[in-house]
Amino acid sequence: MTEAAVLRPAADDTALIQLRSVKKIYGQGESEVRALAGIDFDIARGDFVAIMGTSGSGKSTCMNILGCLDVPTAGSYRLADVLTNDLHGDGLTLLRRHYIGFVFQGFNLLSRTSALENVELPLVYRRVKLRERRAAALRSLELVGLSDRADHTPQELSGGQQQRVAIARALVTDPELLLADEPTGNLDSARTQEIMELLLDLNRTRGITIVMVTHEPDVAAYAHRVVVFRDGLIVEDSRPERAR
Amino acid sequence: MFLQTVLMALREIRRNTLRSVLTMLGVVIGVGAVIALVSVGRGATQKITEDISKLGKNLLMVSAGARVRGGASSAAQPLNMADMQAIAREISGVHAIAPGSTSMQQVIYGNKNASTQVTGTDNNFFEVRGYSIDQGRQFTKGEAQSGLPVCVLGSTVKTELFGSQDPLGASVRVGKVSCLVIGTLMSKGTAGMGQDQDDLLLVPLSAFQRRITGNNNISLILVSAEEGYDTSVVAESIRALLRQRRHLPPGTDDDFNVRDMAEIADTVTSTTTALTALLGAIAAVSLLVGGIGIMNIMLVSVTERTREIGIRLAIGAFASEVMMQFLLEAIVLSTMGGIIGVILGLVGSFFAARSLSLPFVIPPEIVALAFAFSALVGVLFGYLPARKAAQLNPIEALRHE
Repeated sequence: MTEAAVLRPAADDTALIQLRSVKKIYGQGESEVRALAGIDFDIARGDFVAIMGTSGSGKSTCMNILGCLDVPTAGSYRLADVLTNDLHGDGLTLLRRHYIGFVFQGFNLLSRTSALENVELPLVYRRVKLRERRAAALRSLELVGLSDRADHTPQELSGGQQQRVAIARALVTDPELLLADEPTGNLDSARTQEIMELLLDLNRTRGITIVMVTHEPDVAAYAHRVVVFRDGLIVEDSRPERAR
Repeated sequence: MFLQTVLMALREIRRNTLRSVLTMLGVVIGVGAVIALVSVGRGATQKITEDISKLGKNLLMVSAGARVRGGASSAAQPLNMADMQAIAREISGVHAIAPGSTSMQQVIYGNKNASTQVTGTDNNFFEVRGYSIDQGRQFTKGEAQSGLPVCVLGSTVKTELFGSQDPLGASVRVGKVSCLVIGTLMSKGTAGMGQDQDDLLLVPLSAFQRRITGNNNISLILVSAEEGYDTSVVAESIRALLRQRRHLPPGTDDDFNVRDMAEIADTVTSTTTALTALLGAIAAVSLLVGGIGIMNIMLVSVTERTREIGIRLAIGAFASEVMMQFLLEAIVLSTMGGIIGVILGLVGSFFAARSLSLPFVIPPEIVALAFAFSALVGVLFGYLPARKAAQLNPIEALRHE
């Protein structure tokens, strides 16, 4: 799978994400589980979307598909106008590499590895030269306000700082899409506010499209659009009036 | 990218220094043992070959009596001067020939005495056995013919009887005969099987026959084959000649014995070579065990680092890159073990050779082979864990605790 074949430049006016009657079914016969029962929705470039729902509602499955970690059983998913259905393995990896940055609930930094090296890692796989890589990683750390912690390992950082490093890592490749899976799930309310302000700022100033899974309404309230899942279906899709 | 992956592997190894060292230990011991054992084995072979050739160049030894296995030698017609002259005259490829009748005798000088091998011979003995005169001279023609009691001392005998004194012109008592010392031999050192080649005393054959044994027999004929002649061919023609001279009918066994030192050297060498190969093979098994140790640790490592693998896959690593990372880790581990093993093996065999007073031999092809094999061990036993890592599902890997 060549990069050129996967990564056609997309027209700017199409939605970044297009899901069309996406189904995801695990297992077969009696034990069949319909994680996604047929989802249609688009996400425009520059949007900030919160996905909500109870556990088992299909929101995680949807995130995995959006993140090109998984493919739908039926229906189609286009990311930046690339149809993901026919891709697997390395093709999906190329999409992730070029369009997506991930932020996880558990931070998922490499332990015993400095913040700088953690942030550099995606660039290593993009074969960026060491000097450029260092510079880009430092810029990215600066963006999240941690340039003075570059040499610290995750163990030496607080939870909030670790999540910022993770955000810096997600940003270092300059992705169009930032996928955040319960980014504040492990943080107290003060840190939660910090991280959400940061995400909001990145969305506003850099135009990054953000899709965030959360089950906390006050976290979802930061988003421009809230999508609620239940039993593998979208039951609510709204743009709340912003309180602040 | 490759370099980057190697650096990543090195960092991973350093992160778990103790575990890495323990993992390497198997390969270190395997490679080290192979090299040390083969090196010492080669040294022993070389030493034995050298020792046997020290007895004399292309030496053949002819003695009376059949070759008997583990029993008393059968009585047989002894050899005499006529036999020796016939060999010298009729066999081609004889470079030098000397008689060598021997008898253990007590040698006394002043209040010192030594028991040594007294050999009755002539001046050809020096050439055949590769001895040279240190002080004094060889026998004169007159001494050789008349049976005058003169003698040449081996350096061990000289030291035992005279210490640092000058022995020339002194009179020593050999058995019941008083002998004038006319020369001493240069030291030749120890021959194979630890035999001291300097523990001997030479007298003219005529004197030996007349004054010590009292008969005209020769117990041993020493033949040095001409350079370029096959010693086994020369030995065979001597055998044929002696059978004829002794009127042995066809089909009967020889009642004499022609020993070819080159043949003995070959036999001993092939034996030690076989032993070396056997020891090396046993050591190679431990290299295999070391490889399994690496696989074991790498499998544990893959399980332990499932989350890390998930992260790498999620942020854009190809499965093949994850596989390469783990494979390289295994290869770096095993080649580092290989390098350390080569060094330890050589150091070990150096000291072993010194304490066993063997020559220190570096077997280059074995070093290369053991090292290459250690790298191969990394590839072979790293492959399974690496594939396991690459096949992980990123979603499940990320969820792994």
